[in-house]
Amino acid sequence: MTATATAVAPERRAPAPSGDRRRRPDRTRRTGWPLTVALALCSLTVLAPLYVTVTMAFKTSEQSVDGNAFALPAPFNPASFAEAWQLTRFPVSFGISVGVAALTVALTLLLSSLASYAIVRYWSHRFFRWSFVYLLASMFLPFPVIALTEIKLTALTGLDNPLGVAILHAMFQLAFSVLLFSAYLRSIPVELEESARIDGATTWQVFWRIILPLLGPMIATVGIFAFLASWNDFMLPSMIVSDPTLQVLPVVQNIFQSQFGTNYNVAFASYLMAMAPTIVVYLIAQRWVISGITQGAVKS
Amino acid sequence: MTTTTAPTTPAAPVGRRRRHGRPEPIAYLFLVPALLVFTAFVVVPALVGIFYSFTDYVGFGNWSFLGLRNYTALLGDPGIREAYGFTLGFAVVTVVVAQVIALVLAIGLSKRIRFAAGLRAIFVIPMVVSGIVVAYVFNYLFSNTLPAFATAVGLDPLSQSILGNPDLAWLAIVVVSAWQTIPGALLVYTAGLTSIPHDLYEASSLDGAGPWRQFRSITLPLIAGFVLINTILGIKGYLGVYDIIVGLTGGGPGNATSSVAMTIFGGFTGGDYAYQMANATVFFVITVLISVLQLVVSRGRNIRL
Repeated sequence: MTATATAVAPERRAPAPSGDRRRRPDRTRRTGWPLTVALALCSLTVLAPLYVTVTMAFKTSEQSVDGNAFALPAPFNPASFAEAWQLTRFPVSFGISVGVAALTVALTLLLSSLASYAIVRYWSHRFFRWSFVYLLASMFLPFPVIALTEIKLTALTGLDNPLGVAILHAMFQLAFSVLLFSAYLRSIPVELEESARIDGATTWQVFWRIILPLLGPMIATVGIFAFLASWNDFMLPSMIVSDPTLQVLPVVQNIFQSQFGTNYNVAFASYLMAMAPTIVVYLIAQRWVISGITQGAVKS
Repeated sequence: MTTTTAPTTPAAPVGRRRRHGRPEPIAYLFLVPALLVFTAFVVVPALVGIFYSFTDYVGFGNWSFLGLRNYTALLGDPGIREAYGFTLGFAVVTVVVAQVIALVLAIGLSKRIRFAAGLRAIFVIPMVVSGIVVAYVFNYLFSNTLPAFATAVGLDPLSQSILGNPDLAWLAIVVVSAWQTIPGALLVYTAGLTSIPHDLYEASSLDGAGPWRQFRSITLPLIAGFVLINTILGIKGYLGVYDIIVGLTGGGPGNATSSVAMTIFGGFTGGDYAYQMANATVFFVITVLISVLQLVVSRGRNIRL
C-alpha cells in the first residue's frame, strides 16, 4: 500500500487486458455467479424451515406424522387453520399481542425521546449526566435476574396482565433506546433550536416542532427494535400474565406441546399464523426495516 | 458517539448561557418520569431481589437473615454448577458459530453478486420471527424429520431424535440460537464492511495479496470493533437463553440442557425463592464481568470502538 505498489502494479496487472476499468462489469459478472449460487444454497437454511411450516399446515393429521416434512400436502387440507384459529383463540391472542407491542413502542418512544433530549441538552449538568449512566447500566441486566421479584411486583400492583407486560417491555428497551436517541441528538446542532427560541418558542414547543421531526429516522429504528422485542417475546409474558385467557400470541402456541403427537398439522397452521404477520410486513418494508436495524446496531 | 463541540460563535450566546446555567424546570419534567418508572420497575425489583438473596424467604410469609449461606450453598450445588457449565459452554460455542457464519455471509453479500438485496432480505427473516415458534418448528424437524432421514440413509446414530440424547441435545439449541441471531450480526458486519474504503483492497491486490491475506490484514482489523460489539451483545443474549430451550428440550433430557435462566425460574415454583435470588445475583455479576472483560481485552489490543 506504499509507493512501491504503483511501481509493481503494471507487472501484476499485465495478464488483464488494458482498459480493465471498462471490462470490470464482465469480469465481476463472471466471478459473481458461483458465489451467488453458494449464497442461494445457504439461504435454503432460512427458507427450508419456513417452507416446512407452510406445507405442514396444509397436510392432514395422517400425513403430518410420517416425518417427511418436505413432502407436499396430499391431499391438500386447509381445515387445520380453522381448528388452530379456535384452539388458540387467534383473534383474542393476536389482538392482545398487537396491543402489547403498540403500547411498548409508544411508551418506549415517548419516555426515551424526552429523556434523551433533556440528557443531551443539559449534559453539562451533573444530574442529567448521571441519569444517563443510571439508565444505561441496565443494559447488562438480563431479565431472568429480576424475574422472580418482577412476578411478585406485578401481582401486588395488579399488573399481572398484558398492560404490565407492555410496561416491562418498554423498561427493558429504555437503555438501548436512550443510547440510540442521545447519540443521534448530539449530531443535531443547537443553532437549529436557538432561532426558534429567539422567536419565543418554549422548550416544549421546540421539542415537538423541531427536535421530534428531526429524530424521524431514529424513531423508526427505536420503534422497530421495540416492536420486534415485544411482539416475539415469550419469557416475560409467560411469567407475568396470570390469566391464561389473556396470553399473547407466542405464549398460546404452547398448547400444542401438551397434547403431544398427532395434531402437527394444526400446530403448524397455528405457527404459520403467528409468524406470517411479521414476515409479510417485513418483506413489504424490508428496505426500511433493514436500514433501520442497521442504524441501530451500528450506533450502539 | 463523541459529543458535538459546543458552538462558540457569538451568534449563540443564549444557548450557551442556558446550557451552562441551571436547567429549566421543564427539563426535569422530560427526564424524571422515565427515571421514576425505570426505578420502580427495574431498579427496585433488582435491589429487593438482592436483599432477599441473604434471607430464607420462600416467596411469602416470614423470613430471617441467613447471611451468605445461600451463596455458599450455591457453590456446592451440582445442579447449579451444571447449569452454569452448560450455559457458559453453550454461549461460547454459539457466539463463535454465529459470528463466523455471519461474517462469511456478510463478506459474500458484499461482493458483486446477483440478487444481493433479495438474498440479504432472506437472510434477515429469522430476526423478525418469534424464537419460541421457531424452536417449535425445529423441534418437529429434529424429532421427526431428521431421524426419518437418518434411518433412510442408514445413519444409525441419528435415527433417534437428538433432542432425547443428553450428549447431543445442546447441538440442536446451538443450531436454532445461531439461526435466529445470525441476521443481527450479519447486518452489523455488512455496515462494517461498507465502511472499509475500496481502494485498500485494490492497492493490496496490486501488492499481490490474495483474498485470505486481504481478509487477515485489511478486513479483520478494520471491523474488529464490530466483532467486539457483536460478541458482547451475543454472549449477553446467549447467557440468558430460555425461549429456544423451552421450545426444543424443556431443559431435558434430565437436566442436560437446563440453562441458568431456567434454574432461576424454577425458584418460583420450587419454593427456594431466596436461594434462586442468590443464583440470579451471581448470574448478574457474571454477565457484567464477562462484558467488562471483553471490553478490557479489546482495549488492550487497541481495538477502536
